[in-house]
Amino acid sequence: MKKTDIKTQESSGEEIRNGMKRRNFVKLLGGGIFIFFQPLDIFDLKDSVLPQGRSLTKDYNAFLQIAGDGTVSCFTGKIEMGQGVITSLAQMMADELNVPLEKVKMVMGDTDLCPYDAGTWGSQTTQTFGPAMRAAAAEARSILIDLAASKLGVPASQLEVKDGFVVDTKNPGKSLSYGSLANGKKLERYLDVKPAVEDYSKFTYVGKSYKHSDARLKVTGQAKYTGDLKIPGMVFARILRPPSHGAKLSTVDVSGAEAIKGTQVVRDGDFIAVLHENRDKADEAIVKIKAEFTFNELKVNDKNMYDRMVGADSRVNVLRTTGDMAAGSEQSDKIFESEFLDPYLAHTSIETHTALAKLEGDKMTVWAATQSPFGLQDNISREMGFPLEKVRIITPFVGGGFGGKAPAQQGVEAARLAKMSGKPVMVVWTRDEEFFYDTFHPAGVVRIKSGIDKSGLIKLWDYSLYYGGSRGSDTIYDVPNARTTAYSQNMNATAIHPFGTGAWRAPNNNANTFARESQIDIMAAAAGMDPLEFRLKNLKDQKMIACWKAVADKFGYVPAKAPGGRGIGMACGTDAGTWVAMIAEIKVDKSTGKVKVVRVACAQDMGLCVNPQGALIQMEGCIQMALGYTLTEEVMFEGGNIKDRGFDTYEIPRFSWTPKMDCVILDRKDQPPKGGGEPALITVGAAVGNAIFDATGARVYRMPMTPARILEAMKKA
Amino acid sequence: MEEKIRFTLNGKKTEITTEPNQTLLWVLRNQLGLTGTKYGCGTGFCGACTVLINREPSRSCMLPVSDVAGKNVVTIEGLSRNGKLHPVQQAFVDHDALQCGYCTPGMIMTAAGMLLKNPSLTREQIIEGLENNLCRCGAHTRIIDAVETAAKEMQGGK
Ligand code: FES
Ligand code: FES
Repeated sequence: MKKTDIKTQESSGEEIRNGMKRRNFVKLLGGGIFIFFQPLDIFDLKDSVLPQGRSLTKDYNAFLQIAGDGTVSCFTGKIEMGQGVITSLAQMMADELNVPLEKVKMVMGDTDLCPYDAGTWGSQTTQTFGPAMRAAAAEARSILIDLAASKLGVPASQLEVKDGFVVDTKNPGKSLSYGSLANGKKLERYLDVKPAVEDYSKFTYVGKSYKHSDARLKVTGQAKYTGDLKIPGMVFARILRPPSHGAKLSTVDVSGAEAIKGTQVVRDGDFIAVLHENRDKADEAIVKIKAEFTFNELKVNDKNMYDRMVGADSRVNVLRTTGDMAAGSEQSDKIFESEFLDPYLAHTSIETHTALAKLEGDKMTVWAATQSPFGLQDNISREMGFPLEKVRIITPFVGGGFGGKAPAQQGVEAARLAKMSGKPVMVVWTRDEEFFYDTFHPAGVVRIKSGIDKSGLIKLWDYSLYYGGSRGSDTIYDVPNARTTAYSQNMNATAIHPFGTGAWRAPNNNANTFARESQIDIMAAAAGMDPLEFRLKNLKDQKMIACWKAVADKFGYVPAKAPGGRGIGMACGTDAGTWVAMIAEIKVDKSTGKVKVVRVACAQDMGLCVNPQGALIQMEGCIQMALGYTLTEEVMFEGGNIKDRGFDTYEIPRFSWTPKMDCVILDRKDQPPKGGGEPALITVGAAVGNAIFDATGARVYRMPMTPARILEAMKKA
Repeated sequence: MEEKIRFTLNGKKTEITTEPNQTLLWVLRNQLGLTGTKYGCGTGFCGACTVLINREPSRSCMLPVSDVAGKNVVTIEGLSRNGKLHPVQQAFVDHDALQCGYCTPGMIMTAAGMLLKNPSLTREQIIEGLENNLCRCGAHTRIIDAVETAAKEMQGGK
């Protein structure tokens, strides 16, 4: 048998707690075979910030159970929010254990049933989770075989697994179901082995397309999201909000709200809410509260913020450097200096932040639309003084996250209100609140100084990014003298971002890719070369080259110098371990500056693709969503006042924007699977920007590329 | 002042007692337990709350419930018959035209209403008809395909 440890639990307090928790799982779930495993590589995590009092590294963050009825379940703190992991992870498990897909269950995002997990983001789920889960499944399989060997009295080597049974190969009539082997057992194993590289060709389910397993529930309205829950005595809350970030409540009169029949007003300092069993009534009551605020606004807005960023007293950090900048300048025949601007972006999931909290005795249960159930558990425990084990977070279906539901302030609010009122409380943020409290994709500036020699080889690449985040800031091209410098918040200086910021889909990679790929295009045009030829000439990265070939083929690309009036533009980049190349074709109405993206071809190398259908859907979703940051999305603000509070002014992509999409996933069965939920998003801005240049000869350096900005650039061109 | 309001809901005669200015959306969700109809903005901009009123796709979030007195209301829960999915629902499953699924009921109700009026919609008409329904996951291209398929199906074509 493979090496597995039966661990003892005395090494640390943390282990004792988790050890006890593991036994609780076994008790709670009524026995069977349990394999605990670590889906995350300890060493990949050294950069991530862990909440206080949590240790990710010492313990097991997921487990697999084979129950007495033969059901195979995987329990994990990860969540499903439309990215399809509920399907792809189940596929992997079904394969490894050779059970029908219907017998496999994913139990996700319940802090009582699932072991700790930091959160669902960064395209990490399939990438890091998948192989570890499969290793656990392999372990379970060998246990089943051992159990069957002793029951049947034949050597293990003579047995194989098939469709949920262990079968005697010499005597096919003799077989035992997984259920019968697991029944009445309380067997716990702790997997400490690194997942081995596997033979992907043997898989039945992995690599095949499966549709969303939850589709039927979702098309019939049966799927339960947090806001769809109702428990006896439940009331809806509306919370008094400040008009801007940083505003302080000075006076308040709640009598108007209290006059509405059935309304309860609760208050703890500045935290004031109205509760009513009808949502509309709570809406009516909240506007009856008379409140005055004092302001201390920062003198920053969506117009002057970029100057503020580059002029700030920043922390300077050289992220990468090769060669020598002075030598690079010397070797260059032409030098190019550009500045690219990227605004704040909102997440705007169609489901707003929602939570339902119930206090029973000393136990707080919160159902929440969150990407981080354990993060929310931590926050409630810390802010309200509940021991962790007295806080249970359950995650029903989540109506989109994109990073915006990593913070789950609404969950803490619901818990506080449940405690204050003694009633179960439902908090459903309005769209206005959703915009106001969003943790926006941070705005930023990128400055690039680059140079090429006479033959069109890039000799200099001096890349500086201000306040935007460094994901995707890699040079990618083969440049002898390259440097990447990040300017970020100096702890002693005034905060640059006047409100909360956080991860967006592929955080800031879109901005870095926009800057890099625009600059590449600028140089290609100056060198008098076709932009694809220029790129290939300066690339050594074989994966990227393969993506370019695939996408050019798919698009039917005919080389030409830009601007050539065709409206064709391109860009490439890497994200979450995945390589992506894209060619877009657009039309620009030269009188209005309005852009229509007609066609997008995209090629992606994401290693082994577990569910090609699911991956294609994610690519299409990325392209569609990216049209927003490319063409219209930008959060307008004045100091702490967010001016965009709804879909009337903040425009997200619609049906008429949808281009024809041709997506290809490179066949890489020999490579471990990588993230696919975000990469295709990063290249759209640059590809469209470059296409605008090709169509009009005008270069737009600022996203979104609105009609006004395009017209302005055309005037300068 | 509470009133009795009568209407037909998913084929059944329904009577509720409520203040007439309560929105249809929250009456459906909270009082009648039909939570398939979603809240996305409450201001008429996203379409997640779309239901059919007398066969017409309508946004329930801005609509006082008294407005549907005597009318015929169909929600996503009332679209399938005896466990058989409506062609639009079936096409959404077949085309995998959803991700998080939160916009889905509103999309399906809008499309179903459009097809009631005109079962031979062109692709352009489908796009135009769905234009004001928002989806953040970007399932658009598959939603268009799905509605096209459903249109063909409903015309009895293949
Ligand atoms: S909830 Fe009615 S349109 Fe958005
Ligand atoms: S599928 Fe998520 S909003 Fe449309």
